[in-house]
Amino acid sequence: MLFRKETSRENLVVRGARVLDPAQGVDEILDVRIDNGVVAALGTELEPNSHRVLEADGLVLAPAFVDTHVHLRTPGREDEETIASGTAAAAAGGFCAILAMPNTDPVVDSRATLGSLIETARAEAEIPVGFLAAITKGQTGAELTEMGELADAGAAGFTDDGIPVASPGLMRRALQYSAVTRRRIAVHCEEPTLSRGGQMHEGEVSAELGFAGYPSVAESLMVERDLALAAYERQPIHVLHLSAWESVQALRRARGAGIEATGEVTPHHLCLTDEAVRSLDPNVKMNPPLRSDSDRTALIEGLKDGTVTCIATDHAPHARHEKEVPFEAAPFGVTGLETAFAAVYTHLVEPGVVSLETILERMSTGPARAYGLAEPHIAVGAPANLVLLDLRASYSIAEGTFHSRSVNSWLLGETVRGRVRATIADGRLVYSS
Amino acid sequence: MGEIKVMREDLRPPAPPPKRHFISIKDVTRDDLERLLATARTFARSMEREVKKLPTLKGRLVINVFYESSTRTSSSFELAAKRLSADTMSIKSTGSSVDKGESLKDTAITLGAYDPDVIVIRHPQIGAPNLVARVTDAHIVNAGDGKHQHPTQALLDLYTIKEEFGRVDGLHVAIVGDVLHSRVARSLVQALALMGAHVTLVGPPALLPRGIEAMGCETTTAIAALGAADVVYLLRMQRERMEEGANFVPSLREYAARWGVTAERLRPGQKVMHPGPMNRGVEIDPRVADHADALIETQVRAGLVTRMAVLYDLLVGAPAPVPVGDPVEVA
Repeated sequence: MLFRKETSRENLVVRGARVLDPAQGVDEILDVRIDNGVVAALGTELEPNSHRVLEADGLVLAPAFVDTHVHLRTPGREDEETIASGTAAAAAGGFCAILAMPNTDPVVDSRATLGSLIETARAEAEIPVGFLAAITKGQTGAELTEMGELADAGAAGFTDDGIPVASPGLMRRALQYSAVTRRRIAVHCEEPTLSRGGQMHEGEVSAELGFAGYPSVAESLMVERDLALAAYERQPIHVLHLSAWESVQALRRARGAGIEATGEVTPHHLCLTDEAVRSLDPNVKMNPPLRSDSDRTALIEGLKDGTVTCIATDHAPHARHEKEVPFEAAPFGVTGLETAFAAVYTHLVEPGVVSLETILERMSTGPARAYGLAEPHIAVGAPANLVLLDLRASYSIAEGTFHSRSVNSWLLGETVRGRVRATIADGRLVYSS
Repeated sequence: MGEIKVMREDLRPPAPPPKRHFISIKDVTRDDLERLLATARTFARSMEREVKKLPTLKGRLVINVFYESSTRTSSSFELAAKRLSADTMSIKSTGSSVDKGESLKDTAITLGAYDPDVIVIRHPQIGAPNLVARVTDAHIVNAGDGKHQHPTQALLDLYTIKEEFGRVDGLHVAIVGDVLHSRVARSLVQALALMGAHVTLVGPPALLPRGIEAMGCETTTAIAALGAADVVYLLRMQRERMEEGANFVPSLREYAARWGVTAERLRPGQKVMHPGPMNRGVEIDPRVADHADALIETQVRAGLVTRMAVLYDLLVGAPAPVPVGDPVEVA
């Protein structure tokens, strides 16, 4: 389900890092030896033999991150991102695997389009990348794609991300069919008649600024609907980019009732509220919108208690000229691959709101599990999927530093802490700084 | 007069730097508003003279850029600049390169190349003036951006109220109608709150934005609430913003019946204001519009002098700036 360009696997020793793998219960200063891309030994004062050595004194070595929500804009908007640039950005962000969304032009709704993406990924993807296919043809919400064939061709899951599946009848059919494809259905929850024209969260800030409101209930109503359908069909479901506290409540109830439901939250929804929109900066315009402080608090609580199982960036590159317009004219979305860890580390871990262990789990094991991908872990015999983190590094987010083709980051100009020093993905050193 | 405290001039705190822009009431203080109102009053007196032109802004360039249709605002800004002897240029979106798809940023950079002192901009999108401010060196005056702000309208409304009542502080103003789509309402609520007035918003539930009370006003759907107000301020029922099928109200007819301001719904002596253009027979009964208690024409006149005050304030700065010397040792 994941594809990458073929390069040789690494022989490497990472020396003296604090090895932190919450899922394995590991937290100690160790050397890690990687032979031909596989973790061969964990110990102290390991012999480097002829391996390349990464001195990692004072750094944290953790399972690399997995991002299940990335827009690679290919095909159609290669000026904004390509598989090469997007996976390079992911490597710089500490990711060892990403999943790309199908809302491209054309939409990934046929074997031919999916096949050409896989071919391109095999030629140019810096890290393993998987592709979700659309639930409905052209994402028009009218007719199911040939999900069986798409799954056989390598689709990692199914979603109409970006556009809600308005019809409950059609969503039910898609969930039913996932019993055949054995792939996860991921839902973009937005009730279109409630969100229509909405520019930002409906609340005190939208009332004052005059923006048309996109109320929380537009999301939570659809979350409730899709969870009810998943429960009825006894099929797993993944809820994309949660933003409202009512949605977190619904997911918590569903999981409590034994429904196999997972949910993700973006770094920007964890770090910002609708107050940020007062800047009128198009780089804080996203769908779903930044919500109130109580929504943000509920998302953080959900992340901590495990209701929200993953952090996903919803990396959405946009051309500079399309964001250099008044807020209302700008498209929704911000980039996030290269800043995800620094954002949550700076805004949540440093202030003591969420533990580092929780963040690492929700950026790695949690997202991998949601789509049945291999869970990165640090153990002898496991493929090396590792990220080396410098928690003390403080730096400013600047345009010139991005590997992504787009620079629409909400963090531009902000000073953050927590830098990715190296990324090892599927046994290859794909990034180091 | 109470006790007068004299502070040595060189010990006074430095005066705040002159304002760069006039984009939102949120950016100004009560002192700023008071100063602008006082300046406008001075200009009103000079407008009583036979020769109304003042040399104050001779050689300055004011560009008016209007991306939306406007009669009152665009004409009063143009006249305000002319009365102060500034050169003016007016650009409308139709018949300009905007028609050819030029972005706001590029239009702004182009106009900025003429080194204007002030760009007055009206635009259908929130934040357009902020964008122009980022890419040019001119002072920016917001003549209305989407549903966000229309700060010079708020200023002229304050001026009108103050001329009528001698004060704004402590007055009760009821703003009636389509608050949701109204930049006039948003700037006015902020301006009135700054000046110490009490504001009640009256309208159909779907046209009172959720959470707007946080701006310092109260809301009600009951039209009877306007009985308690000193000033009844009507908003235009913005038909062009009523998307098909939005169903903010069942019909304009029902709106007029429930929330239209008629003579029967007013008590004698209550002053009526309207930013224009009016929909007679919808939000305002023609008898109310033409009654002596309506200050609507006064508002138009106030528009000229308050916009002169805004241009003057940005370009000449606060009157009598306080000289700031080196700090001195105090024994």
